[in-house]
Amino acid sequence: MQQLLLLGDEAIAQGAIDAGISGVYAYPGTPSTEITEYIQSSKEASNRNIRSLWSANEKTAMESAIGMSYAGKKALVCMKHVGLNVAADAFVNAGITGANGGLVVLSADDPSMHSSQNEQDSRFYGKFSLIPCMEPSNQQEAYDMTRYAFEISEKFGTPVLIRVTTRLAHSRAGVIRKEILDQNEMHLPSDLKQFVLLPAIARKQYNKLLGKQDQFEADSAQSGYNKLIDGPDKSRGIIACGIAYNYLMENYEDGIIPHPVFKVGQYPIDRNMLSKLYEAVDEILVLEDGYPIIEELLKGMLDKGKTVRGRLDGSIPRAGELNPNIVGKALKLETSEGFNTPEILAGRPPRLCDGCSHTDSFLALNEAMEAYSKGRVFSDIGCYTLSALAPLESINSCVDMGASITMAIGAADAGLVPSVAAIGDSTFTHSGITGLLDAVNCNAPITVLIMDNSTTGMTGGQTSSAFEKVDAIVRGVGVEEEHIKVITPLKRNHEENLKIYKEELAYEGVSVIIARRECIQTLARRMKQKAIQKREAKKA
Amino acid sequence: MKKDIILGGVGGQGILTIAATIGTAALMEGLQLKQAEVHGMSQRGGDVQSNLRLSSKPIASDLIPEGKADLIISVEPMESLRYMNMLNKESGWIISSMNPVKNISNYPDLEEVLAEIWKLPKNVTIDAENVAKEQGSVKAANIVILGAASPFLGLKVESLEAAIEQIFSKKGEEMVKLNLKAFRAGREYAEKRT
Repeated sequence: MQQLLLLGDEAIAQGAIDAGISGVYAYPGTPSTEITEYIQSSKEASNRNIRSLWSANEKTAMESAIGMSYAGKKALVCMKHVGLNVAADAFVNAGITGANGGLVVLSADDPSMHSSQNEQDSRFYGKFSLIPCMEPSNQQEAYDMTRYAFEISEKFGTPVLIRVTTRLAHSRAGVIRKEILDQNEMHLPSDLKQFVLLPAIARKQYNKLLGKQDQFEADSAQSGYNKLIDGPDKSRGIIACGIAYNYLMENYEDGIIPHPVFKVGQYPIDRNMLSKLYEAVDEILVLEDGYPIIEELLKGMLDKGKTVRGRLDGSIPRAGELNPNIVGKALKLETSEGFNTPEILAGRPPRLCDGCSHTDSFLALNEAMEAYSKGRVFSDIGCYTLSALAPLESINSCVDMGASITMAIGAADAGLVPSVAAIGDSTFTHSGITGLLDAVNCNAPITVLIMDNSTTGMTGGQTSSAFEKVDAIVRGVGVEEEHIKVITPLKRNHEENLKIYKEELAYEGVSVIIARRECIQTLARRMKQKAIQKREAKKA
Repeated sequence: MKKDIILGGVGGQGILTIAATIGTAALMEGLQLKQAEVHGMSQRGGDVQSNLRLSSKPIASDLIPEGKADLIISVEPMESLRYMNMLNKESGWIISSMNPVKNISNYPDLEEVLAEIWKLPKNVTIDAENVAKEQGSVKAANIVILGAASPFLGLKVESLEAAIEQIFSKKGEEMVKLNLKAFRAGREYAEKRT
């Protein structure tokens, strides 16, 4: 069959298309964004009418996918690891309802926090929800496991989690496709109360889920994604989860490992294999590109068994992603070194683009805030978070999506008046609207700056759910008309905008300033597209 | 055959185009490849890199081990220094542009940056913007760098040129011609220097 050169993310997307999904639901988030983008631009997907529009947030995405599963069709949900926190209510309860049509949840973790606030490990969520979790080691497995996840989702009537990390999500390699499967016909669950989690039904459903645990474990043994590979040197055994297996292989010429290895790609792991490995070797090294989950379970609280090495005993750094050298050192192999990095090398942190509308929004805000003591601007997640750094140094918080508005309420309650919330349009519709409603209901003395660049910028300019809706939403939530101000953040409007900021900061109630100017990246792309269309029209 | 390549630059400079061209040529020669890219936050004017691995045998890791890179190809001089810990001390080459991107206030003295590159036994530095300009447009500077790196890639010139044709054909015949010229000028420069 056809070989394609695909990112890990794209392999998952192609795997889902070929597994016969009828829809993908997602909110953009690095490193998961490219999965949905691939399906959006796939001709096959559009020929098959696979729905792929962005959702307002991960929770709405997860719930829509549960709905599609309820109606008997196969659905994929994609998000970054912290997005799974947003979707967690729906996600955990989907474990209890179970699935009707295949339901697969993809969470892309970001160890080393290349583009994230933390490096939480989504495998915990798999265990928490008591559902199977897949963890591919390479792009081919990412494709194969996605197909397989849909298969067992329908076989066991359960959602299945797939967990990848940044390196796999954003690395390209050859992938061989298999045949493309049909989509499901719509069919409702045979028990129409299955998704009604009233206590009496939930208890029954929960027991059903508990009853499936042995089957889940048995499946990990027979699927081929838990594999025990023998080796002659029993002084050490190695457990390698997901992509860690590649770093292990890299350390041995031609990939021949002298020790027994337990390769883990599916959870819950098969304890028979684990036990065989444990009995056969003197000590165990656990390699996980994330939290030390297996390591901690194996060690137990009392650590009275065989020596278990990994992140907890310092054989591997406690934080950050793995790489071949870290794994080589944990194996006590000689690792190579390059040249020393010259001292004159300067850091080059990411920054707002030249001409970015956020810069003008913050320059005016900074000046308006000069009248007050420092530390009053709560912000959120997006390109504008970069304004925390020099030269702007405008904001004082970035915690989770939507937290700017609600943190400003709490701080104002504590006496910090005025408090300011600075939030982007896409983040506002993701999780800011309910916070603004809270503010209106308690008439909080806060000023909310909604920086509407009409796109989801940081992740590459995806369509924003807020597009052309911000003003109406703000009005609808109940902000007083005279305290809704729309400005255009441009250098030439600086004085005029500054005046508006000052007035609204002085107002002791909820005011919203909407700073609207298109992201210059999406603007440039739009202009280019226009020029091409014009040229082609001329040719025609 | 096995080549481990680090591509370095600043977000927006087009290192992924270089990676795609090398990758396409490698596939034409029936090689396996893995290419780890940077997406997301760093693309906003920060440092970006890509690990590109070519081999006639299966490749395990998506990341190149430290001290094992055969080649650093950098479209910005200071960025080439960022990955010196990755370079193979015995056999590694640095191919770098001499044209700085000074989007930070503490950019070091350019002479000192170049001096650090020239300290290495195996290096090629090239005024890629000027060479590209001579060939028709400064836009082709990244392909000039690719040309300068091409003698060290272990790939056939024909495959690389065919890859350029394939990748730029979407942008029209003019762009193909410009980039082929830029590629050849870069290659000629490197061959003369070494």
